[in-house]
Amino acid sequence: MAVAHPLDRYLRTDRIPTMWCPGCGLGILLGCMLRALDRRIKEGSLRRENVGFVGGIGCSARMSLYPYFDSAHVIHGRAIPFALGVKVVKPEMKMVVIGGDGDIAAIGGNHILHAIRRNADLLVIMANNMVYGMTGGQQAPTTPRGLYTTTTPYGNPEREINMIRLAAALGANYIARGSVTHPPLLEQMIYKALGKRGLAFVEVLSTCPELFGRHIGFRNPVDLYNELRKRVIVKVRPSVDESDYSWERGFVVGEFVDRDEPGFIEILYEYTSKARGGVG
Amino acid sequence: MRVDYITGNTAVALGSIAAGLKFYAGYPITPTSDIFELLARELPKRGGYVVQFEDEIASINAAIGASWACAKSMTATSGPGFSLMVEALSLAVITETPVVVAYVMRAGPSTGVPTRSGQYDVLQATYGFHGGLVIPVLAPATPQEAFDLTVKAFNVSEKLRTPAIVLSDAVIAHTYGKVVVREPGEVEVVERAKPTVPPESYRPYDPGDGLVPPMACFGEGYNVLVESLTHDERGYYAPRSDVQRKLMWRLYRKIAESSPELFDYSAAYLDGCDVALVSYGSTSLSALVATKILRREGYRACCIRLRTLFPIYEEGIRKLLEGVEKVFVVENNIGLYYRELRGILKDNAVISVPIIDLDLPQPREVVEVVKQWL
Amino acid sequence: MGEPLAITTTRATLRTPAGKYFINVVRERCKECGLCIFVCPTKVLERGSERNSRGYRYVIPARPEKCIGCRMCEYTCPDFAIFIEVGGG
Repeated sequence: MAVAHPLDRYLRTDRIPTMWCPGCGLGILLGCMLRALDRRIKEGSLRRENVGFVGGIGCSARMSLYPYFDSAHVIHGRAIPFALGVKVVKPEMKMVVIGGDGDIAAIGGNHILHAIRRNADLLVIMANNMVYGMTGGQQAPTTPRGLYTTTTPYGNPEREINMIRLAAALGANYIARGSVTHPPLLEQMIYKALGKRGLAFVEVLSTCPELFGRHIGFRNPVDLYNELRKRVIVKVRPSVDESDYSWERGFVVGEFVDRDEPGFIEILYEYTSKARGGVG
Repeated sequence: MRVDYITGNTAVALGSIAAGLKFYAGYPITPTSDIFELLARELPKRGGYVVQFEDEIASINAAIGASWACAKSMTATSGPGFSLMVEALSLAVITETPVVVAYVMRAGPSTGVPTRSGQYDVLQATYGFHGGLVIPVLAPATPQEAFDLTVKAFNVSEKLRTPAIVLSDAVIAHTYGKVVVREPGEVEVVERAKPTVPPESYRPYDPGDGLVPPMACFGEGYNVLVESLTHDERGYYAPRSDVQRKLMWRLYRKIAESSPELFDYSAAYLDGCDVALVSYGSTSLSALVATKILRREGYRACCIRLRTLFPIYEEGIRKLLEGVEKVFVVENNIGLYYRELRGILKDNAVISVPIIDLDLPQPREVVEVVKQWL
Repeated sequence: MGEPLAITTTRATLRTPAGKYFINVVRERCKECGLCIFVCPTKVLERGSERNSRGYRYVIPARPEKCIGCRMCEYTCPDFAIFIEVGGG
């Protein structure tokens, strides 16, 4: 008697295999996320009906198509305000936003900035494959300087964005960087992030074998995966100053910030209840 | 219920409360900021939430999200802000999300004159988003109509699962008028249809025998799919011509076939009319006075104020203007809604009366233009 | 919708005893990316020669006796195509 894959109960299995390329790190991330959710649901700290996924546009955001939960595949860069709208009126929902580096840090930049500033009660996962994958491999804010992309064929002239520093400057409650090359660590980061109030931000280094790897000379998924793994530096509780993000010197992976400031919803509700009390 | 003397903007805010507004997402923009501020004070007292977002794009997307958590939601904006919102309105159309936008027009284009009026965006209000469909646009002319049509906009958006626009302008926004203000429970309120089948059999975009699918929301165990890609009844991406065709026509018919029910106007002196002044919004106030002046001068003039601008009930408008020799479309722009009516009215002479004015076109000026054609 | 798609039949899943474990490969889901082969610490896995209906040569446990049940293949597979089951032996 054969058994089902343990995560099948959380998947819309009629949509598997996914649309992602062979070796795409997003599938690895999805597995880590569902395992983290499974632990939370089994231990009773999350109810399955209360989990909602929101993705913008891009291969990363297409993750919202696969989990068998309430989910929304909205417009490019706007998953965060959509998720916050849900959360304000239904605070019992655990809202997980998934986007790529373009969706979150480029077009969605204003929204992630203010979501962190507000300490909005969302889990934001930024799958960072260093490129705009879905559209063919264009430059992204996270593309390492000097690398070829289809819109920077002479080399990317721009500095990369370090989202860890940004999130720390704005005061997120939980800030971590993980990698698809280190699944158990990534799962643990997501597991912890799911239990936080306020804004939890997890950057996930990921692989895009077709539109990033192949363009810079790594012709198969294993080669790119190996390159990334070589460049990942795992640190235990690194400080924000240690959050190096560099193709040459390495990408530091770890939990940078873990605090417990009150989240936006809690404070909004506290002030709003004052209004209902007739004061103000 | 009480009688009060309030501005159009206040009326919009109070109308939304009467309709059951639960979530307002806003960004300050002249001439709408007082709608936002009033709701920021009043909505929390009534169990709702108001959040100021970082821009209009966040506001409309948050309002759409809140609607998917079963809350009636709204935002208010003017021309520049609406331009930022149109992508999200397209999302609301394909995902069939009830949401209301109070659109208070200013003089445009671009920054224009934020504190003064015009009707420049009458077409953008319905056609502004990509995809080539139409969303309901209701145009009040007075504070009372602003209250009533805001309630109606919520009801339309819930019934048809569509965004709906209340199209006001800077004049109505800050002009005072007598309004019978009703409270929640004193107005007829329509709620979206909910699924009657269990989650396993529920298909989020299946309209059954009608045109509007019942709407489950987040947190009810229905595993809903909000999908911006072209989708089949399950909400799964389906890039096939037959699916695209079916979806487009259903979305189109959903709105177009309610045009008779949504048709709404007020008219004066229709009997024996052969010179009709058709208008909407604040300009219709000038058109009515112009009509009276023309009648005093012996013309058989009548006045029609359209309150539903889109979807257009073509048969209804044709019947209304049957036998009228000359139809003048009076508006405060270069002649925009005129083009819609000209296309519909084949048996009347349709003439544009485009009078640009930062407040109201002067009735005497309307009369002068009309008389050139008589 | 949401039901496991025919994977409880032995035809869909290649189930190989591997010491204290079973290695399960869901043939139709494998995209031949090679990551599981690469990350396995004891080199259990190899690219097979049979193709699934999409033309991918799904992975097979060539040396199942070397499996230590670490699940790196299961955690690394992007496609939910391979998983370890405890039991047997």
